[in-house]
Amino acid sequence: MNTLNELWQSLIDSLVRLGAVVRFLLRMLVLIPSSLLRFDLIVAQIWNAGALSLVIIMLSGLFVGMVLGLQGFQLLQRFGSEEALGVAAAIGLVKELGPVVTALLFAGRAGTALASELGLMRATDQLSAMEMMAVDPIKHVVVPRFLGGVIAMPLLAAIFSAIGIYGAQLIGVQLMGVDSGSFWSQMRAGVSLSDINEGIVKSCMYGVACSLIAVYQGYYATPTAEGVGRATTRTVVTSAVAVLFLDYLLTAAFL
Amino acid sequence: MNQALPIVDIRNLSYAIGGRPVFDGLDMAIPRGKVTAVMGPSGTGKTTLLRLITGQVHADGGAIEVAGQDMRTLKRKGLYELRRRMGMLFQNGALLTDLTVFENVAFPLREHTDLPERLIRQLVLTKLQAVGLRGAAGLMPSELSGGMSRRVALARAIVMDPELLIYDEPFVGLDPISMGVILRLIRRLNDTLGLTSIVVSHDVEEISTVSDTVFLLSGGKVVAKGTPQELRCYPSEIVRQFVGGLADGPVPFHYPAPDYFAELLAPGEAN
Repeated sequence: MNTLNELWQSLIDSLVRLGAVVRFLLRMLVLIPSSLLRFDLIVAQIWNAGALSLVIIMLSGLFVGMVLGLQGFQLLQRFGSEEALGVAAAIGLVKELGPVVTALLFAGRAGTALASELGLMRATDQLSAMEMMAVDPIKHVVVPRFLGGVIAMPLLAAIFSAIGIYGAQLIGVQLMGVDSGSFWSQMRAGVSLSDINEGIVKSCMYGVACSLIAVYQGYYATPTAEGVGRATTRTVVTSAVAVLFLDYLLTAAFL
Repeated sequence: MNQALPIVDIRNLSYAIGGRPVFDGLDMAIPRGKVTAVMGPSGTGKTTLLRLITGQVHADGGAIEVAGQDMRTLKRKGLYELRRRMGMLFQNGALLTDLTVFENVAFPLREHTDLPERLIRQLVLTKLQAVGLRGAAGLMPSELSGGMSRRVALARAIVMDPELLIYDEPFVGLDPISMGVILRLIRRLNDTLGLTSIVVSHDVEEISTVSDTVFLLSGGKVVAKGTPQELRCYPSEIVRQFVGGLADGPVPFHYPAPDYFAELLAPGEAN
């Protein structure tokens, strides 16, 4: 009975937390139009979340593409259809690996940076100081960071997929000797616009989820060293679970 | 504006954090144009009182009026309007770490006015000159000492020409020279700019030299009120303990605990 009660209580707590996150999101959405007037702040955050994550995204994209090339080649060779490597790698990257792996890396690189930055701003009274200067910190600090993440994520996912395809080509065509013409022509024929749309929708949704989780955790972090650390860890863990869960839902929805 | 009316009027205020009452029936009227000190032992809720006055948290009961506005009925927009007429100096300065000293001071001007850049520059340099840090305009907050950070924060707090300036523990961790500088600035800014200043502090000696009125808080109430001289000969034990810096008295040295010997000799495990 006790365990049942605890379970019930934790379910209620989770719902309350989810409600708080949704309220926070709604408050940000209301402020987005006026935040767009300060586009310089958003551009700075696209730089922080996007441009500064480029190296890790490009490197990971290359390796993931190379692994896809190797594994795909081994598998397709069994059926004598190595030429399909191009389309297999492209679909895998554009629809799944690109958005998902980019989101996971984004949560680890940009999400943690966002959460710890906001948490430290809270701990050092910078957010309270803004409140006292009659400047809404959600409008001035949180919304630009959120939008920066939301805009950067699909761009990063596109770069990840492009570099990944190059990596698959590097292994499949250059190393294993798949015919270059069929690699590219099968890819062009086999990847439809709806596949690309699925990738774009997914990466946009993950961008919203990861950025929302990061700014929420940072903004409401307990203003101590321990609290900021905990907020950063929670950002990565919650983002990863949210992305994988959303991935299942979106994949099912696109079928 | 009626100069006789207090700028902050608190009546029968009650406020609790996590079920523990911080204030219970607090009354306080802070006069205009004066430097008012709010003192009290650590943990009496001095900083909480500032948060209540500035509308960062809301009272559970009673009334707070600031510059004629009832904080209970004030919505976000009205609160922001009111805060434009206030300046606040946080314990550690709370400068925005990604902006230079100049940009920190210019921040409220850029956010709330459409002044031309030339005028913003003049205003910022004037305020920095007033706190003696015009030469540090190009530095980042990480390059400043604790005292300098607080002076920059002070320049930022006065850049919008507020009516009310609030200092939260402005002397914590400062060397005697920086402390002297801040003390002189509190008095000088108050008199030359025609402000009202509220200083929360527990540095009895220092604050006595600049304040006109002192409120001593303890146990969620005002236990003494008067000029620094009056407080020195106040007929109350708690005031004597606080002003004289005595370790034990009505504010006990020991945190509540079970009997010392009984606990030492008890066979139980560590708590």
